[in-house]
Amino acid sequence: MTEAVTMAKAINLSLRDALTRDENVLIFGEDVGALGGVFRITDGLQKAFGEERVFDTPLAESAIIGIAVGLALRGFRPVPEIQFDGFIYPAFEQIVSHVAKYRNRSGISLPITIRVPFGGNIGAVEHHSESPEAYFAHTAGLKVVTPATPADAYALLQTAIDDPDPVVFFEPKARYYLKEEIDPAARVPIGKARVAHEGSGVSVIAYGPTVSIALQAAKTASQEQISLEVIDLRSLSPLDMDTVMASVRKTHRAVVVHEAPVFCGFGAEVAARISHDAFDLLEAPVGRVGGLNVPYPPARYEKLYLPDVDRILQAADAALAYG
Amino acid sequence: MAEVVRVVAADDPVRPLFSPTGELTPEARSRLGLDAAALRDLYRNMVLIRRADQEALNLQRQGELGLWGQYLGQEAIHVGAITALRTEDWVFPSYREFGMAMVRGVDPADMLTLFRGLSHGPWDPNKYHFAPLAIPVATQVPHAVGFAMGCRLRHSDEVVLSTFGDGATSEGDWHEAMNFAGVFKSPVVFLCQNNHWAISVPLSKQTAGSIVDRAKGYGFPGIRIDGNDVLGVYAAVRAAATRARQGEGPYLIEAVTYRMGAHTSSDDPTRYRLDSDLEPWGLRDPITRYQVWLKAQGVIDDGLIAAMAAEAESAAQAMRARLTALPAPPPGEAIFGRVYANPPASFVQEREEFEASLEDS
Repeated sequence: MTEAVTMAKAINLSLRDALTRDENVLIFGEDVGALGGVFRITDGLQKAFGEERVFDTPLAESAIIGIAVGLALRGFRPVPEIQFDGFIYPAFEQIVSHVAKYRNRSGISLPITIRVPFGGNIGAVEHHSESPEAYFAHTAGLKVVTPATPADAYALLQTAIDDPDPVVFFEPKARYYLKEEIDPAARVPIGKARVAHEGSGVSVIAYGPTVSIALQAAKTASQEQISLEVIDLRSLSPLDMDTVMASVRKTHRAVVVHEAPVFCGFGAEVAARISHDAFDLLEAPVGRVGGLNVPYPPARYEKLYLPDVDRILQAADAALAYG
Repeated sequence: MAEVVRVVAADDPVRPLFSPTGELTPEARSRLGLDAAALRDLYRNMVLIRRADQEALNLQRQGELGLWGQYLGQEAIHVGAITALRTEDWVFPSYREFGMAMVRGVDPADMLTLFRGLSHGPWDPNKYHFAPLAIPVATQVPHAVGFAMGCRLRHSDEVVLSTFGDGATSEGDWHEAMNFAGVFKSPVVFLCQNNHWAISVPLSKQTAGSIVDRAKGYGFPGIRIDGNDVLGVYAAVRAAATRARQGEGPYLIEAVTYRMGAHTSSDDPTRYRLDSDLEPWGLRDPITRYQVWLKAQGVIDDGLIAAMAAEAESAAQAMRARLTALPAPPPGEAIFGRVYANPPASFVQEREEFEASLEDS
């Protein structure tokens, strides 16, 4: 069965199917109940599954994650929602010190999936447009994933909820209304990147909200007979270097793209690994395109801050022109 | 608002057991329903955990442990609280609850491997219903509340004991957890071990208000009791747990005691308190007081006291012998073994490379 749905709807369906499939799945967070979440991702779930399984919590991110730990110890599969990327920081200690490390300490797995809408380009006020994924990818014990398409959002969330280890699930909120057909039977494993667009000139490695921009860049470049291959990482931790390296072995050039600031951003890890593993193959230094090393700017300036088609093309051109 | 307070007060089975100053009333003491063997067991356990505490400090001083945090003076809370629970009731400790874990049956030598630098969590929490020690202050309190919420969702009559110190009540997690417990009416007993010190910061600098009164703000009752009376702690935890078991929600017990030792073996309390500060609390020592009471009841005599001391001595020696003989787990397993249930291929590869590098060297 296939149907065309938005990413928001795909995630909603994925949560619905998880709640149906496994009675241990619980959904909770701020405004996820009667309202259905500020982005309506949990729309209708409380009505369908009751207030015991889909519930609003007090406004306290640290406790939202803290109770997820306790509920997981009691045998549940909690799927807490953090309302916005910039509100995850009060929960940082619970995620880093406990969710990530509890198994190492106790031998008990915590199958928690933390859903976080992330990224900018929605014209929001401060704290609503951040990309904090590198903080979490840096923490062993967590798995960190982010879909770029409705189909992946559905399937990757199923995998995340089923995984015995904790997963931070970053949802590119600017892509919530991207629409495509999804196949509920499809499965996407954690740790497996995909080739979003085949090409031969430069590998453009993106994830989450920047995948569709990279695809636009590939389209534009093709008009100038420049061939970009777009890799959608889907999973930041673990990182699928096999797929990345297969592409770089073909192109000998790579550009990494994300919304987060370039400085110490996730692209640094990707670039370092490519530089190490493909040192003899590379025709140019690995380029990085991302946010500026500033706090996320006021909304009227965000287009100047965020990676766009032109900046990706400039980086690709630089890689092609190198030497 | 006065009405809310009245409702709370009417729903408090703990308070009638205590005098206004938090002493268990003689009547309540006589109605605990503990037979002579049970009364003696409370004493025996306090003696056992105190001797183990001293031995752990000795081991630290001799270089066998990296760190030790004494609970000297807090034995009545450790023993009274755990004895008042059912074995299926989970306990979420802070980091000074070694005595509680011993009462629950965790092998003390295994436990000490944590302080020997061999493990971050040496017991199976599912086996003992005793969560790992939580070192970041107050972070375990929301875990306890979440677990209790889960008990309620499962329609089980388990309750959860959440214990922490006076310093923890300054942390945001503590307040968030208390609030969640009130909102979700979770079956959790909050037990504050108010030992007057958070490392070097005294209670007077920790909070301007009263710890126990905070319960009211979160919509449930609480009581401040004498934390050096093992029967008082037992009575309060049991009554609060029974109330929680019946679906009446959380309860806060502030057990007032005193940290007679240093914060840990790395601490130097002479920099912030006087030896004379300890004197009044020495006179309230939980073991001595209870011994006097038991003797007056005719439940214990000098022969039994000496036998229990001897038992504690040999148990401490056995703990030392077992600890120092325990082999260190292989590095690959100790470092990588428990991080993931479903380890990524890259993680497995890193472990293999690490283990190969050890073989090479």
